[in-house]
Amino acid sequence: MANKRIDEPTGTEFVGHEWDGIEELDTPMPRWWLWSLYATIVWGVIYVILYPAWPLVNKATEGVLGWSSRGELAEEMSVVDQARATVREELARMPIERLPENSELFGQAVAGGRSAFQVHCSQCHGSGAAGSQTLGYPNLNDDDWLWGGDLKAIEYTLVNGIRAPGVDDTRMSVMPPFEGAFDADQLTAVTNHVLSLSGKASSTASGAQLYQDNCSVCHGPSGEGNRELGAPRLNDAIWLYGSSPEQLRNQILNPKMGRMPHWSGRLDPVTIKMLSAYVWSLGGGEEFVEVAEDPAVEVDEEP
Amino acid sequence: MGLATQHKKLEKNINLLAIFSFIAVSIGGIVEIAPLFWIDNTIEEVEGMRPYTPLEQAGRNIYVREGCYSCHSQMIRPFRDEVERYGHYSLAAESMYDHPFQWGSKRTGPDLARVGGRYSDEWHVQHLEDPQSVVPESIMPKYSFLGDTPLNTDNAAAMLVALRRVGVPYSDRDVGEAMADMILQADPDSGGDVEDFQQRYPKAQVRDFDGDPSKLTEMDALVAYLQMLGTLVDVDSAAAQERLAEEKGR
Repeated sequence: MANKRIDEPTGTEFVGHEWDGIEELDTPMPRWWLWSLYATIVWGVIYVILYPAWPLVNKATEGVLGWSSRGELAEEMSVVDQARATVREELARMPIERLPENSELFGQAVAGGRSAFQVHCSQCHGSGAAGSQTLGYPNLNDDDWLWGGDLKAIEYTLVNGIRAPGVDDTRMSVMPPFEGAFDADQLTAVTNHVLSLSGKASSTASGAQLYQDNCSVCHGPSGEGNRELGAPRLNDAIWLYGSSPEQLRNQILNPKMGRMPHWSGRLDPVTIKMLSAYVWSLGGGEEFVEVAEDPAVEVDEEP
Repeated sequence: MGLATQHKKLEKNINLLAIFSFIAVSIGGIVEIAPLFWIDNTIEEVEGMRPYTPLEQAGRNIYVREGCYSCHSQMIRPFRDEVERYGHYSLAAESMYDHPFQWGSKRTGPDLARVGGRYSDEWHVQHLEDPQSVVPESIMPKYSFLGDTPLNTDNAAAMLVALRRVGVPYSDRDVGEAMADMILQADPDSGGDVEDFQQRYPKAQVRDFDGDPSKLTEMDALVAYLQMLGTLVDVDSAAAQERLAEEKGR
């Protein structure tokens, strides 16, 4: 513009806008501000070159670094996997029943199993694996095992679950409901007999007879239980759903039966092995004894 | 007339200013939004995704009604800590039939995108009735009334029709059978054709969910929905993993 006028006191040029005698000065922007702006522009250009940016026909520009969030994750995971690779490979090779022989590897498996337990198992079994009698989640610290307490049996349970819907090899059994099968006296007699197995009550001949006829097939003549069927042991002090006569009656008439999800597919085999080692190490772990193939027997008897 | 004088016209004419502002904003919008409708990244195809069954969708409506999204997201981000805890990161297509979607990163409770099959039905019922009974440190409120509230099955067909209008591919048959399907999924002994149902909704889990086969409650619907989450798409197959990690431009 031709008419360049300078404001005397500041030495700054006028813009040329005027409102009622008040005029606007063309004060330059602060240097630091201007340079910040240029820096962000340069940064923007560099970013667009290096990283995915412009969406095109099929996908966005890739950027010369070839970065992707998924690729970064895969890389991070593989770094971690490599750090753990030796242990995991050894664990993968080691047959689980021979794991305790190698105390260092076993220790690492237990440590890995402990953290996996907190993420995947503690919601039901509790963070200390103590389970819950009121909710019906077994305590994993004691010596009682519904389906077997050696490493192999625990692993099988983890892989296939218990009564897991839609899993072919899941541990499966059904206790029939005895609702309506006994009259009141018979129910008291059989309840007392079950309690007598662990010395909590005295039994009668009729109670013993009823037990033999209805319960001993699965729970054993003296209440020793049957792990092939997941039938709990009845002649010890450990009770899954409580030991009061009331709780026992409820369980006889309308049995609760626990379910556990199967973890194959969700967890990798090595993690399952580590979890088995951890659960085994909690106190009740049993030695592996060679028996017949892992059973998955279905029992569905009407009373 | 220079560019500056031209610009002065814009500054002084309010209508012209409005039109040109709109054009400027539209360009920004089109560049940012429009490509999402065609680039492969955002519409990656996955196998196994299907519309939700009427029961699952009813459970989803309860989930939304109760504001579960205030504390729970359904979006596992591709970070190691999330993947190690919740499972494979979520894919966009896994939410393709979500209206509205349940994404988010603000979590008071855990992410639920892959909670299906992780717990037993019984656990879910116990947990919804009294969360502290199974997770002592939980601050989740109790939802025990769900087990006492009968599920409204009357609007099942209307629900599917509404979703079909926004693009969920329910067939006429699905809509016609909606109420029967809803009842069947929670009670396989009700006399319906389970096989046909599962043909239309692959991987649908058919059983009583709330532990009381005698009635159909909101608990049935919500647990059915939760048990389905993340179980439809097999993202863990080796081929899928390789393809996802190598993909660039994301």
